[in-house]
Amino acid sequence: MSLRFTLIALARGLLTLFLAVTFVFLALRPAGDPLRLMLPDDTPPAVVERYRQLFGLDQPLVLQYLGYLRGLVQGDFGYSFRDSRPALAVVAERIPQTLELGLTAFALTTVLGVGAGTLAALRRGTAIDHLVITLSVAGHAMPSFFFGIVMILFFAMKWRILPSSGIGGLSHLVLPAVTLGIGAAGTVARFSRSALLEVLHQPYMRTARAKGLSLPRRILRHAFPDAAIPVITLLGLRFGGLIAGAVVVESVFAWPGVGQLLVTSVSLRDLAVVQTIILMVAAVMVAVNLLVDLAYGWLDPRIADAERVPA
Amino acid sequence: MTRPASVQTKAPLISRRPAPKPTILLSLGWIGLVLILGLGAGWIAPYGFDDQSLLDRLHPPVFAGGGWDHVMGTDGLGRDIFSRLVFGTRTSLLIAFAGSVIGAVIGTLAGFAAAHFRGLLRDAIGVLIDFQASMPFLIIVLAVLAFFGNSFRLFLFLIGLHGWETYARLTRGLVLQAEGQGYAGAIRSLGVHPLAIYLRHVLPNISSVLVVQVTLNFPELILLETSLSFLGLGVQPPQTSLGLLLGEGRSYLATAWWLGVPAGMMILFTTLSISLAGDWLRDRLDPALTSAP
Repeated sequence: MSLRFTLIALARGLLTLFLAVTFVFLALRPAGDPLRLMLPDDTPPAVVERYRQLFGLDQPLVLQYLGYLRGLVQGDFGYSFRDSRPALAVVAERIPQTLELGLTAFALTTVLGVGAGTLAALRRGTAIDHLVITLSVAGHAMPSFFFGIVMILFFAMKWRILPSSGIGGLSHLVLPAVTLGIGAAGTVARFSRSALLEVLHQPYMRTARAKGLSLPRRILRHAFPDAAIPVITLLGLRFGGLIAGAVVVESVFAWPGVGQLLVTSVSLRDLAVVQTIILMVAAVMVAVNLLVDLAYGWLDPRIADAERVPA
Repeated sequence: MTRPASVQTKAPLISRRPAPKPTILLSLGWIGLVLILGLGAGWIAPYGFDDQSLLDRLHPPVFAGGGWDHVMGTDGLGRDIFSRLVFGTRTSLLIAFAGSVIGAVIGTLAGFAAAHFRGLLRDAIGVLIDFQASMPFLIIVLAVLAFFGNSFRLFLFLIGLHGWETYARLTRGLVLQAEGQGYAGAIRSLGVHPLAIYLRHVLPNISSVLVVQVTLNFPELILLETSLSFLGLGVQPPQTSLGLLLGEGRSYLATAWWLGVPAGMMILFTTLSISLAGDWLRDRLDPALTSAP
């Protein structure tokens, strides 16, 4: 893979991250003088001035910005109003739960989506194909919060086989993970289906069949690598949707993760926590986009050789 | 028959367009119904959306043993569910509609600008498109609502910003394509102002793709608004929206499922119908796009 391709992908990622940091910094300035929130209203102006100097708020914006950047690099994301603890620590303790939920859902999306798409492509025009397409359209239109509520109604309240909320063993994970994973699985299925259909008619697939290779081997070794590019792009794009979905789904199922923390922090306007989460999401998204770009180059050497970044 | 030739050319054109499938007719019918409910909310709803009647709390709907006074039952404050559903539909539709207009206008203008100007402005728009496409939009909205506080205007504007980058990208590509076809250059050589060329000549030519994009964007806007309202961070009480109704119904799930479920069904059927109708429209307006997934 060419160095230039990697560098361009990296530069794009850093630019996005820089924009996110700048956006948060600028948005926080007019959002409220931190001193007004901290000090009582009748504080003498001299005292306010003293604190202003103490926090560096009297400095030019550029210097404040540099100080802010230095703080971020050193892990200083401010203090949570609600917990009076460093915001980073408040967010960090929620990460394992979100990872547990998110990764399970992502695996579910990938396995279900690619599986159903492959099945539909191999059985094109049959009832299975139509069923997959119909379900994928319905899954796309279904609001995750409503799907979650319907799941709670049936599985937790009517049949009482799964818990409706909170965190615990595997049984607590089932409903939220399915709710979070299933919507995107439909889209992935549709993309896998059409990507695979395009590949299945290629001459080399006929050659593979003429050589007497078995169907699983033809699909796994010959068709999948070629059909993977649009699907991997989609999975990368859907990752943002997964993060947004986690915010909603964690709230529906009272799952104590970062998403639920974000919702409560937004309603309480706990800005330090909000900014920490935003920057974290930006960093994750940049990393995912970078991985997708690099996966392109790896899967299709022509892209990297052409030294151009796919739009 | 004095002009048999024209008759002959018309016949195959018509036969090439089969009647829409039943699902499409159903979708269009549902969209019509929802539009009537939304537009005529004031006349259709038997009660006001915030009329409380504390003596009539949590009545079940007719088919679950309730009375005909409240066909779909009442909520924890004795408010009529059907009326709230109708008014909620109106709010959700209005927000999605206004958001579509805002996003389409901003995005199309940005696309024109990105295609017309070279250099820094084009790059800046490109970077913004990249940025929005790479961040989950719900997270951006939540951040802005946290930083600036929730107001209805800001909320509406944020909903409108969703999807501007898709319009911008589409418009930019289509304009560059139109330049290649030569008619834009021909008009330009007549000395017409660039803005007039884009709005009067290029826009009509690319409008069908943009209309299709509206139908793709509209359900997403409904989902975005209802998600935020469901979380309590969108439309604020006493106003009501489909998402807010479902959010309120969540606390009564065990005892009174009829509070939230109708609103959820309304959202699902509406977004589904618009998506299906949009696919159908795309096939009809732009045959070149049908092969795309």
